[in-house]
Amino acid sequence: MISLGILSATLLLALLLSMRGAQRTGEPTSLEQWSVGNRGFGTVLVFMLLAGEIYTTFTFLGGSGWAYGRGAPAFYIIGYGAVAYIMSYWLLPAIWKRGTAWKVLSQSEYFTHAYGSPTLGKLVAVVSIAALMPYLVLQFKGLGIIVSESSYGAISANTAIWIGTTATVVYVVLSGVKGSAMTATLKDAMVLLCVVGLGIVLPYKLHGGIGAMFTRIAAEYPGFLTLPSSGMSPSWFASTVLLTVLGFYMWPHTFGSVFTARDASVFRRNAALMPLYQLILLFVFFIGFAALLSVPGLKGTDVDLALLRVTRDAFGPWIVGLVGAAGLLTALVPGSLILMSIATTLARILRPPREGQPADSATRARMLVPLLAGIALFFTFRGGSTLVTLLLMGYSMVTQLFPALLASLVPQARITAAGAIAGIVVGEAAVAVTTLSGVSMASLLRSWPHSITDINAGFLALVLNVIMMISISVAFPQRTNGTHRVVD
Amino acid sequence: MTKPYRLLALVPAVAILGAPWFANRVEPRILGMPFLLGWIVFWVLMTSVVMAIIGVLDNRVP
Repeated sequence: MISLGILSATLLLALLLSMRGAQRTGEPTSLEQWSVGNRGFGTVLVFMLLAGEIYTTFTFLGGSGWAYGRGAPAFYIIGYGAVAYIMSYWLLPAIWKRGTAWKVLSQSEYFTHAYGSPTLGKLVAVVSIAALMPYLVLQFKGLGIIVSESSYGAISANTAIWIGTTATVVYVVLSGVKGSAMTATLKDAMVLLCVVGLGIVLPYKLHGGIGAMFTRIAAEYPGFLTLPSSGMSPSWFASTVLLTVLGFYMWPHTFGSVFTARDASVFRRNAALMPLYQLILLFVFFIGFAALLSVPGLKGTDVDLALLRVTRDAFGPWIVGLVGAAGLLTALVPGSLILMSIATTLARILRPPREGQPADSATRARMLVPLLAGIALFFTFRGGSTLVTLLLMGYSMVTQLFPALLASLVPQARITAAGAIAGIVVGEAAVAVTTLSGVSMASLLRSWPHSITDINAGFLALVLNVIMMISISVAFPQRTNGTHRVVD
Repeated sequence: MTKPYRLLALVPAVAILGAPWFANRVEPRILGMPFLLGWIVFWVLMTSVVMAIIGVLDNRVP
């Protein structure tokens, strides 16, 4: 059981690193210290935190699974990040400047201050917690797959999920944000090594090179390497990229890590650095395509197994163990950040912080962590969706916050709290209806051309959201422009 | 627009969003990759270059 030994060793190392991170900064005493590291992080740490959140089990297993199961539509995953980083150059400094001036810790507090409305803040908190749940479930599910596959079935997926969840909880309670950044470094190094290594070696070893591999796929699966004219068509691609770009920084953990930066120039540098990091996905795709030719036949949610199956097919237990360990970290690091983010948000809604008692809410947030993990476990065991489906569901939900965020940066827009609330409620309702009932634009508008009906349904929700937000704000304008709105 | 070079950022964004209309082909291959994938990868690299250029210019022009 060499592979299992490597997995356990990695888990222990991650826990040790998190404790060292906590020791070095001293026991975090305030919520601010625990969750945003006292706002003192430079380019490198913020880069790692952002990367730690963005490159998750989804990248590792979901990306290769989609290349394996769907082909060209998976390419959207490599595209949206780059477009989101372009936007980040202007968006993140603006959010940072306001958030830091208001001394806010979380997304929900940001909205409360921006619109002078605690109700809006609470709504945003509820939305973000609801959207993070599928994201957390995704990490736990991935953990189960990774451990059970790389232990060659010695540990069942369910047992693995229990162990992994417990480890994540311990890790979060011990470390806080600094620990996450330390382990993120280890994670990035291992993911880089494994993904780039496998992505280059597998096509050569199994199929005689990257070109030869794609030639075979093009011959055996005609149309697999281009977008189809209906279904996941060009308009599906563009609308999905755009939707995910708008949602990219609306995740509460991503939004929250913006406040860890020392100054706004950190984001400007990252906008040039992060797209390069995105290229890791290219190798993830190569692995998925190599698996398609070597271990064909995985269907439905099993496509998420493609990466580990092809690794087992081509290599011995040492390599499988290493890949499994990298996978374990891709679930642990983002999983811990998500948990921390939900806990912080919830702690602050339950009891808004008072001056002079910061330690109190940090303790409260920590105590919520096991409870939240338990809820996520419940959903993990009930599940039945692929990793990409879970991610897209969460994305449709958080994207609904974008119009109100944008309006908060443009005071001239005069969007009121009531308008923002109405827009978000309508948008989320539309997302819920389309997700739960499985209604798509294609089924509603049968006779319309594919170029319109293939547009991602989340987009329709976003349009309804904006219409609602503007009409309520125009119908019931606020007399004063509010003291909370403008900083600069 | 006081800083017109910032419009450069639109180029990679449009190239990626419009990829399926400009580049939905397998041939010609780019480093062995199907053209669509190669196109997207190229523009992801260009995003980095463009954002670096804008960053440098923004630092220079107050």
